[in-house]
Amino acid sequence: MLSEREDELGARLKEFEGRAAAVAGVGKDPVNAPMIRHWCEAMGDTNPAYTGPDAIAPPTMLQAWTMAGLSGQAGPPGGTEAFGELLALLDAAGCTSVVATDCEQEYVRPLRPGDIVTFDAVIESVSDRKTTKLGTGYFVTTRTDVRVGTELAGTHRFRILKYAPTPRMSRKGRKEGPSSHRRPRPRPVVNRDNAGFWEGVERGRLLIQRCTGCGTLRHPWLPGCNACGCLEWDTVESSGEGTVFSYVVMHHPPFPAFDPPYAVVLVELAEGVRMVSNVVGVAYDKVRIGMPVEAEFRRYGTDAGAGDESPFVLPVFRAREGS
Amino acid sequence: MTGASENAVPEPGAQLPALTVPVTRTLIVAGAIASRDYQDVHHDPELARAKGSPDVFMNILTTNGLVGRYVTDHFGPAAVLRRVVIRLGVPNYPGDTMVLSGTVTEVDGETVRIGVRGENRLGTHVTGTVTLTVLAPASSSGS
Repeated sequence: MLSEREDELGARLKEFEGRAAAVAGVGKDPVNAPMIRHWCEAMGDTNPAYTGPDAIAPPTMLQAWTMAGLSGQAGPPGGTEAFGELLALLDAAGCTSVVATDCEQEYVRPLRPGDIVTFDAVIESVSDRKTTKLGTGYFVTTRTDVRVGTELAGTHRFRILKYAPTPRMSRKGRKEGPSSHRRPRPRPVVNRDNAGFWEGVERGRLLIQRCTGCGTLRHPWLPGCNACGCLEWDTVESSGEGTVFSYVVMHHPPFPAFDPPYAVVLVELAEGVRMVSNVVGVAYDKVRIGMPVEAEFRRYGTDAGAGDESPFVLPVFRAREGS
Repeated sequence: MTGASENAVPEPGAQLPALTVPVTRTLIVAGAIASRDYQDVHHDPELARAKGSPDVFMNILTTNGLVGRYVTDHFGPAAVLRRVVIRLGVPNYPGDTMVLSGTVTEVDGETVRIGVRGENRLGTHVTGTVTLTVLAPASSSGS
């Protein structure tokens, strides 16, 4: 995934701003009583203004008169090559899904049966790349001017999100397609400052850094002491016992390797430092502040086909008996 | 619809009575077709699932129509819609119930602005602003 700065696609998409999305489109049907009646039936709208000899169309139907319908899935009537090209670029980038997010309509003159609707649309804006809970993509805003003859009947601003869908998480008991295999768990990021910690974890030991200047314990591992600035340190092995200091339950957004909902806990070890981890042996909704826990070491990346080069160990915390 | 004819110009802060909309599969499909929106996610559960949605869901044009109806139901046939601005949140899936509520946010002569919100059991489906013109009662001296 590219970063916002490296978003070349976004820059290309921006070039479409101001270009026409539809030119001299003509509504497939004149404004007519049957379509108005079907609309009112669907909406449960009994407003008498929409029936009888002086009927007007429900103003919120504005867009319906411009729709291509079943015979025009390729694009709106009058749709331009530029708009088609914009959508094709997004499709090619994997942003194949679309959802409408905003609709702003202004009604200048009522539409009445017999009116023939014409319209022009412009690509008003294309957003920067955005990540939503549906997926990552771009908001595209168009503005359509709807006319009867030369008279403006209304304007219609419409925003869609064209996005690459986030893979759905498998839930217990739900059937999933063959492509939904659980993604491998992220590996710890090991660097020079924290290598000692992860070496300890590999051997089933939870090591806490201790400043040799002032004796202050610290976690996560850092090059120097926050209390006295001393760069010298050694380690003490934690008993692994602690209590839940705080926790959150993750529902959204789902991450590929995890199956929400699950609890993320901040454990305060008996030695006094705190550590973020998962809790096992207790339902996510039964985790409580103050609950006694003890460290346990779990091996990950051993699933056949999980795609990991080598297994690795992570510390987790198990709820203790009697909690 | 009471009050619409006797007292056409409301006060800011006034609440509109809530409207409960059962989000049936029929409403979703009928609304999509009445608005000429044949996107498969609004009528075909199989294809909706293939696109990652648990089921079909209401299209924005139907939500727009329902928001307009909600406000004109209250203010009566003489009220004229001028502007409807909506933003969608969580989807309206079949079997859910959407409760529309509205508050008068601004009154400027005969122009009234209503803040509208539609909640379902997943959260907020729609927030929006409806601007309409309500005709002052004919017998009133006007202001």
